[in-house]
Amino acid sequence: MSQFLSISGLRATIDDQGSPKEILRGVDLEIPAGEVHAIMGPNGSGKSTLSYVLSGREDYEVTGGEVSFEGRDLLAMEPEERAAAGVFLAFQAPVELPGVNNANFLRTAVNAVRRARNEPELDAVQFLKAARAEAKRLSMDAEMLKRNVNVGFSGGEKKRNEVLQMALLQPRFAILDETDSGLDIDALRVVAEGVKALRSPSFSALVITHHQRLLDYLVPDRVHVMARGRILKSGGPELAHQLEAQGYAGFLAEAA
Amino acid sequence: MPAVAETISTVETLGQSTYKWGFETAIEMELAPKGLNEDIIRLISERKGEPEWLLDWRLKAFASWQTMKSPGWGKIGHPPIDFQDVHYYAAPKKKDGPKSLDEVDPELLRTYEKLGIPLKEQAILAGVEPPEGMGAAAADIDDEENAQRPDRPRVAVDAVFDSVSVATTFRKTLAEAGVIFCPISEAVREHPELVRQYLGTVVPAGDNFYAALNSAVFTDGSFVFIPKGVKCPMELSTYFRINARNTGQFERTLIIAEEGASVSYLEGCTAPMRDENQLHAAVVELVALDDASIKYSTVQNWYPGDAEGRGGIYNFVTKRGACRGARAKISWTQVETGSAITWKYPSCILQGEGSVGEFYSVAVTNNHQQADTGTKMIHIGKNTRSTIVAKTISAGRSDSTYRGLVRVLPKASGARNFTQCDSLLIGDQCGAHTVPYIENRNMSAKVEHEATTSKISEDQLFYCRSRGLAEEDAVGLIVNGFCKDVLKELPMEFAVEAQKLLQISLEGSVG
Repeated sequence: MSQFLSISGLRATIDDQGSPKEILRGVDLEIPAGEVHAIMGPNGSGKSTLSYVLSGREDYEVTGGEVSFEGRDLLAMEPEERAAAGVFLAFQAPVELPGVNNANFLRTAVNAVRRARNEPELDAVQFLKAARAEAKRLSMDAEMLKRNVNVGFSGGEKKRNEVLQMALLQPRFAILDETDSGLDIDALRVVAEGVKALRSPSFSALVITHHQRLLDYLVPDRVHVMARGRILKSGGPELAHQLEAQGYAGFLAEAA
Repeated sequence: MPAVAETISTVETLGQSTYKWGFETAIEMELAPKGLNEDIIRLISERKGEPEWLLDWRLKAFASWQTMKSPGWGKIGHPPIDFQDVHYYAAPKKKDGPKSLDEVDPELLRTYEKLGIPLKEQAILAGVEPPEGMGAAAADIDDEENAQRPDRPRVAVDAVFDSVSVATTFRKTLAEAGVIFCPISEAVREHPELVRQYLGTVVPAGDNFYAALNSAVFTDGSFVFIPKGVKCPMELSTYFRINARNTGQFERTLIIAEEGASVSYLEGCTAPMRDENQLHAAVVELVALDDASIKYSTVQNWYPGDAEGRGGIYNFVTKRGACRGARAKISWTQVETGSAITWKYPSCILQGEGSVGEFYSVAVTNNHQQADTGTKMIHIGKNTRSTIVAKTISAGRSDSTYRGLVRVLPKASGARNFTQCDSLLIGDQCGAHTVPYIENRNMSAKVEHEATTSKISEDQLFYCRSRGLAEEDAVGLIVNGFCKDVLKELPMEFAVEAQKLLQISLEGSVG
């Protein structure tokens, strides 16, 4: 198989007080290598669920469909195996880890992934050097490396920290789940730069967003509209502009 | 949720992983017959060549022990202990007594080697090296702080192998500073006036059931004396091991810091695997005079029993420090990961004006372990201060209790206490309990207590795993983060060991 990421007929449920509730109802999506795709859609349409299912969160049960990533069955892999294979999820709500030093966490993650990829591990000095350089490039305060993971971080700091992790882990496929929400224009630019810096023929990204602004910086290759657990419409970057102008109502009516 | 069911099954399989330090050493032992009576106590005293006063003291302790019952207030359960079914004396057979490490039974040295104890002289002379290949998740030490430590502190090791100390190093450097660091049996012979002056003054012979038992039958332990104004030139360290089958081990440790003296003492323990429960009842007494400071750190990872709760050490310990002088300071730090039962309350009697007591604790229980541990801070003098930070981690079907007493007596004007107790639960079949007792009899005193209970969340685990960390490493990272406030109180060598231990003792406990 030559495809980079291929999702077909993906269905998933979540436990809703004892009975399964279907969130993804047959998602079909192809993302070729080297492309940035955007997913837009109203709240509750399944965008975050899609990102969790792709990164292996166990709360969701996959009830149908397939996902292949560079020819491998992604759904059969543990979350950490997916990370090693190059899948990265930038969380919509990054999790706090009290008492866990950010630099240590990052180094542990980077070395776990490097081990799995048969690359030499970075010692503390090498790692700190790389982390400081990345932080600088993302106009982040290197002090963030000394703090506990996401504890007491502002919303913007948390998102920047996600982008820093992405930069250091060097994924092949990144999912950004509303990483732009609640960011001011400068922070937004940092996030966009983070993704742009990774752009290469062998890197792809799926950007979940509500806002045109991020896409102005990123310029996606494709834009998809998601609602009620399915991809309703796909198009070029102009689709995002159309959505911005008309809202989702028209698409939803069209699809109904 | 399926995730939980799966992790529970993982716990069950991995919880059976074999105890890493389970082995026995084939050394010829000299055993006293089983059972406890005056004759056994006379035998112990005679074997150790003790003076009459000490034998009398032991016999009095035995007499009071016979009138006592084992305490029933701890949240621990075990079948009744048959105290007559225990050997109270065991000693490796000696030829003439080793004069250097070359003369020590090589089997014994190999045992220590397997434990990773840096007993070899060259290793010690070179300073204890940090372990290589430390697990990434365990490396939760700020790299920069680490890099800024130019000289690794030197460590003197007084190794206790069962009941007799077999090797003591660094004697000379210590002697030059006027520090006495030796087995307590030797101190009884060489410095009887000091031992007689202080022994039993902090933990009286009849203090409690297990302290009385210890006073009657203690065989060895460490003695430390830091004279006036001396800062002990190195960390002092003792490794205790339990090796003889069915041998209760009853250490007695006495540390005295005179005016303005200071010392940091490290205690670490491991034991080989066996099926029978082994009784362990130690007593530690600390005395700090004016402006003296004693830091006592423990990493305890005795055999905790198997996944079904068979075997394991019963650990009933009485540890107490007396801040007798003004501005004296005693600090207890403990990381308790082992033993089937832990019953232990390192305490501070804050008598001197402005004296300070600290208790930093991490207690980890997994499988069927039970821990009832905490501290007592007794504020007697004016402006005395105490800090308690207790972190409790329960996994498997274990039960862990923090039990702490803060008592402020009427004369302790301006006394202050701050207590923080945090519990972390892993899985849904374990228990964590916090039992604080606060008795304040002085209106000007300030006593604060904070407590939290939390679970490792699926969110945290998934976040770590999505960054490439295996589940075990993620738990290790989160747990080490939870314990950071305590771990940072440990000397560097122990902090690293403790971090590894936390992860090892929670192997397979993800939930």
